[in-house]
Amino acid sequence: MSNKKSLLDYTLRLADGGLILGHRLGEWCGHGPVLEQDIALTNTALDHLGRARSLYQYAAEQFNQLPADQKTNVFTSVSIQNIISSGASIDEDDLAYLRDGWDFRNELLLEQPNIDWAYTVARSFFYDTFNYFFFTALEKSKDASIAAIAEKSLKEVTYHLRWSSEWVVRLGDGTDESHARMQKAVNELWMYTGEMFIMNETDTSMVGEGIGVDLAAIKPLWMARVRAVLEEAAIDIPADAWMQQGGREGRHSEHLGYILAELQFMQRAYPGMEW
Amino acid sequence: MSNTNKSEWPLWEVFIRSKAGLDHKHAGSLHAADAQMAIENARDVYTRRMEGVSIWVVESSNIHASDPDEADSLYDPANDKIYRHPTFYNLPDEVKYM
Amino acid sequence: MTVHSFQEHFDSLIDREVTIEPKDWMPDDYRKTLIRQISQHAHSEIVGMLPEGNWITRAPSLRRKAVLLAKVQDEAGHGLYLYSAAETLGVTRDTLYDQLHTGKAKYSSIFNYPTLTWADMGAIGWLVDGAAIMNQVPLCRTSYGPYARAMVRVCKEESFHQRQGFEIMLTLSKGTDIQRKLAQDAFNRWWWPSLMMFGPPDAESPHTEQSVRWRIKRLTNDELRQKFVDVTVEQAKVLGLTVPDKDLKWNEERGHFDFGAINWEEFWNVVKGNGPCNKQRLETRKKAWEDGKWVRDAAMAHAEKRKARKAAAKAA
Repeated sequence: MSNKKSLLDYTLRLADGGLILGHRLGEWCGHGPVLEQDIALTNTALDHLGRARSLYQYAAEQFNQLPADQKTNVFTSVSIQNIISSGASIDEDDLAYLRDGWDFRNELLLEQPNIDWAYTVARSFFYDTFNYFFFTALEKSKDASIAAIAEKSLKEVTYHLRWSSEWVVRLGDGTDESHARMQKAVNELWMYTGEMFIMNETDTSMVGEGIGVDLAAIKPLWMARVRAVLEEAAIDIPADAWMQQGGREGRHSEHLGYILAELQFMQRAYPGMEW
Repeated sequence: MSNTNKSEWPLWEVFIRSKAGLDHKHAGSLHAADAQMAIENARDVYTRRMEGVSIWVVESSNIHASDPDEADSLYDPANDKIYRHPTFYNLPDEVKYM
Repeated sequence: MTVHSFQEHFDSLIDREVTIEPKDWMPDDYRKTLIRQISQHAHSEIVGMLPEGNWITRAPSLRRKAVLLAKVQDEAGHGLYLYSAAETLGVTRDTLYDQLHTGKAKYSSIFNYPTLTWADMGAIGWLVDGAAIMNQVPLCRTSYGPYARAMVRVCKEESFHQRQGFEIMLTLSKGTDIQRKLAQDAFNRWWWPSLMMFGPPDAESPHTEQSVRWRIKRLTNDELRQKFVDVTVEQAKVLGLTVPDKDLKWNEERGHFDFGAINWEEFWNVVKGNGPCNKQRLETRKKAWEDGKWVRDAAMAHAEKRKARKAAAKAA
């Protein structure tokens, strides 16, 4: 893979993660357990969505600068191919609304359904912890756009991590019912946490360029923080288990298809219009 | 009127300093299980549009208020103490910035 | 002071447009009317999250998605400000929720209509929020302090809501034929329910006179409705949309638009629970509340455990 394609792939992975989790958290809006937390969670959804937008805009910029012959083999989407062959450039919305699942690069963890407050909290906690260390390192990226987005994101993520850690502890050390639910959510989502640390070709290339983050260095930091919070919450850490993977290569769980069916409905039913 | 649910999160009063140098001002109230959550909820509810740089929260049950029926005895005596206000003092026009 | 003199004192405050505060003496009727009106308003905000919340996952662009999320979130915020104002009158939020969930309390009937297309997000922002603002702006100077202060906050945030709605409509009206059809269809469906938002005609609205005196209301239903029609008809022209009312006509003598008869039978039926979504909206609210119980209990239990641990550590 060329460095340009690696950077595009890397940017899209981060953007897709923000969009998909933001979408999931947005599903809570109007359905939260208490008004104050409904509002809190929506703030977080907006942060993820905002980050995704900055990254999609950057990804579109990168894509539009690719030589014409390279553009056609990046995405399989018919709609995007049509835009390319018409000679037009693509934008943030084309990337979010016109790619099919196999072109999405987000981790499997993020597309898992909300189920209940404990699942939602656990999913966010695993990802927020990752994001905290990831963006701390990414701030030093040699790519100025990526570094700037990382700097802004780190402030948001620091708050997200505080919020989700506190809820892990509250539920774990709350009532018997909340403890059981929290433990179940941690157990069942655990198998999606390994994927965050896998270094694929894109990661190796980006680390080599001084743009990306060495995930092997993040893993022990993540583990230590997760362990500390789960211990405080009296939640058992699941034993080493088989880890699911594939999201970053475009092999997703069945959930993503349904997310995209809703997310992309308007652009699919009424193609090529301004909204 | 009674509380139908004993587990309702307590009510907190929120005070926000809108920018450095100003007093904290009462912004409203909200429910939270503890002080920490009250501060975070206040951040999410009352500073969504960058309205604050500092937040205080006080559990509403801890607020002691004056009785409005005693307002006459509490506040009227201050009415005739105009010497507490700077405009009471006549200064020559040449004196500036005082 | 005797009750009589309390009443006199209260009346004189009202007449001098002095604000009433929570600890001031107030007649029972005033308190009850306020609790009813403020909580009804609060319920409308949180039930009102649902028809628009419907489209958060389907918004057609990232910008629209973010704006819609922020807008629906604001409605949660408005509900919260208003519940807080009601709580200063000695009623808990849980009690008010209970009244909503058991059908004892009402909320604005408009939210019992379905959101069928994306254009409904535009129509709601433009018409429903427009009507709401018209109802609400006078309340920023209402006699009860906490209510007035909550309304100042609400109105400040609400103007973004109407603008984003109008912007959606404007984009549609400048778009393709299909988009104009979407806009007109949404306008047709939301126009009459929006006029109903101002409540029954003055002749049939028993509370109005008392409420105007208390400044809980500052203009009558019919006055506000006329104002809304006059303003909105002009805005519809900008959008190139046709007002779905064949009787609509400028009346030179009155200096207002005349408009057709409102279907009050439909209005009262929706109020009574026979609207297209009454059941669905209430069930959704109830489900969110019931599903959230274990979460609220856990947070409370944890806070108490923490407090106990802290006390034990201090004692040791």
